[in-house]
Amino acid sequence: MKSKIALTFDKCKKAKRPALITYTVAGDNTKNNSLKILNKISKHADILELGFPHNTPIADGGQIQGSSHRALKNGIKLKDVFQIVKKFKKNNPSKPIILMGYFNLIYQNGEDSFLKSCKSSGVDGIIIVDLPYPENKIFANKCKKKSINFIQLLSPTTSKERMKKIVKDSHDMIYYISMLSTTGGKLKVSPKKILKNYNIIKRVNPRKNLVIGFGITDKSISALKSADGLVVGSMLCKTITNSLKMRQNPVTNLDKVVYSLKRKII
Amino acid sequence: MSLKIKKNTPLIDQHDNNFMYGGKFGGNFIPETLKKPIDDLTKLFARLRKDKKFLRERDHYFTSYVGAPTPFIKLENLSDNLGGAQIYAKVVSEANGGAHKIYNATVHCLIAKKAGKKYVVGDTGAGYAGKMLSMAAKKFGLKCKIFMGAKDITRQRPNVEAIRKNGATIVPVTTGSQTLVDAVSECMRYWVSNCDTTHMCVGSTVGPNIFIKICAWSTAQISRELIKQVFEEFGKIPKNLKLINCVGGGSSAAGFWNEFMDTHAEFIGVEAGGPKNSKLHAAPLTNGSKIGILHGAAQYVIQDKEGQIGSTESISAGLDYPGISPLHCFLKDTKRAKYTSASDEDALKAYQLVSKLENISPSLEPSHAFAEAIRIAPKLKSSEVIIVNSCGDSLKDKDIIKQKLGYYTR
Repeated sequence: MKSKIALTFDKCKKAKRPALITYTVAGDNTKNNSLKILNKISKHADILELGFPHNTPIADGGQIQGSSHRALKNGIKLKDVFQIVKKFKKNNPSKPIILMGYFNLIYQNGEDSFLKSCKSSGVDGIIIVDLPYPENKIFANKCKKKSINFIQLLSPTTSKERMKKIVKDSHDMIYYISMLSTTGGKLKVSPKKILKNYNIIKRVNPRKNLVIGFGITDKSISALKSADGLVVGSMLCKTITNSLKMRQNPVTNLDKVVYSLKRKII
Repeated sequence: MSLKIKKNTPLIDQHDNNFMYGGKFGGNFIPETLKKPIDDLTKLFARLRKDKKFLRERDHYFTSYVGAPTPFIKLENLSDNLGGAQIYAKVVSEANGGAHKIYNATVHCLIAKKAGKKYVVGDTGAGYAGKMLSMAAKKFGLKCKIFMGAKDITRQRPNVEAIRKNGATIVPVTTGSQTLVDAVSECMRYWVSNCDTTHMCVGSTVGPNIFIKICAWSTAQISRELIKQVFEEFGKIPKNLKLINCVGGGSSAAGFWNEFMDTHAEFIGVEAGGPKNSKLHAAPLTNGSKIGILHGAAQYVIQDKEGQIGSTESISAGLDYPGISPLHCFLKDTKRAKYTSASDEDALKAYQLVSKLENISPSLEPSHAFAEAIRIAPKLKSSEVIIVNSCGDSLKDKDIIKQKLGYYTR
């Protein structure tokens, strides 16, 4: 049986557009709001990434750090993250949701217990920022056994040889990091250059769904729309930050932003 | 299964294929982007450490630039005052710049040159790692950027001034607790974005495996000198010998003990216990913290049940870190070394006594080690020997000491 993630990519390909993938942090700016945000933006977004925050992130830029900080200040715990997913899935059972975070939280929770909670709440995929290949092999296999997608990452520094191995071991989605940067950095590489690297990876196995993330905003998204999927994260976190600053409702503002992102890629 | 240390094998090389010590400490928990730079650095270092020319170069700079060997002296007044064991100090603070951080900094700059990098970045807590990296960068013609917690910038002013004087840029880190842990995170984040042009120096035996290796390999100079000095003084390694060292990240202790690993010398590591009236501390080994992942490596680390890294508190910025080198976790679990802690107050008292009686002035980090020496010396026989690594000079702490004691004389 095809996974919901794979089905989503099939659907987008039929519509000749990339999948729009959003990233928001669970508990930002409150537990309730982050659920409301997911419910709202899922009208436009195809796949939802939900960050489970860590207070010592080694690969996140300022915007996502800020969101994580807000969420942790609100006392978000892993069990709340699963609650949010469960509630979301109740109304949106076919919309894929991917958890993203750092390994220590999974390590403390216990890998098996974490996956059990993923399964029972309806998580479709997992991205772990600091568990690279091949160290992630054992955990990735555990995910596979539970029919949860383990999403491998590739970056501009990944060698061709390594790339082939990672693609071969990947599940239904691979994440290409657009440039040497933490999340939300200014796009310092041209979309043309990013797509050139993207196509090199695609040629390794054209059937694999490959998405691009890091530094993508409303300004650059349409230039990258030939990809299988595009991830926007920091821009959304920034929208929440700005909404709070201006005492506006982050939920409605985010809805507008995601809608306009979608308009740019269809 | 109990963990064992292998004989005749450098401690830094006692990891498995996943770079884990004892199957559970260390490793490389890093973003994909850093995989290649770390692989490249791992290969380069493996080659360089076997390269006779590189070793000659290292030895040359350790002698002519760092000032090896640093003195090994008997603290007669302190020993007499306490009664009991004979107390000695390895005065590593006499090294160029005033602390052991110069070894790691020098080696990193030599490696950066070999790697063809023009920029070097590093983290710092007490400011010594930053000061030394900026010094070495200046010497070897590299551009240097230092990440330092905003709280530490305020409390370690003299080293901040030194870093600026050396022409390096200081990047104040204002996230989290604004101390060493945040400086290391921010430095790693910077490296993720700039790893194509920039060499990163982690300031202690923490972080992804290669940084632990390079750092401990560099500070091993301390015990290479010391073991010779011990033989000159005693004709042998004394039957009852305790080597006492403070541990924060653990770089000076790793270097102080390295050459004695296969001998009968006892190792005592002293963590920062924090203020007596505070629940906070920086002593994960002493207080039984669980294994977690911090800055790319599995280690005992202060954290909550969820895995969020915990807050720490210590008078000494250099020890104020929630984690501890995987090497020390390994030494603890193999029972090769023992770990304890000293409070802020005990460290200050130790500083006071040592600087009053002796012609050395240890910084607040080694003052933690002296506190333990002072505590146990009276209970030991006069035939027993304690050597304390006086790994940093107090000058950087003058503001804190003045505030706490009302005076500071150097």
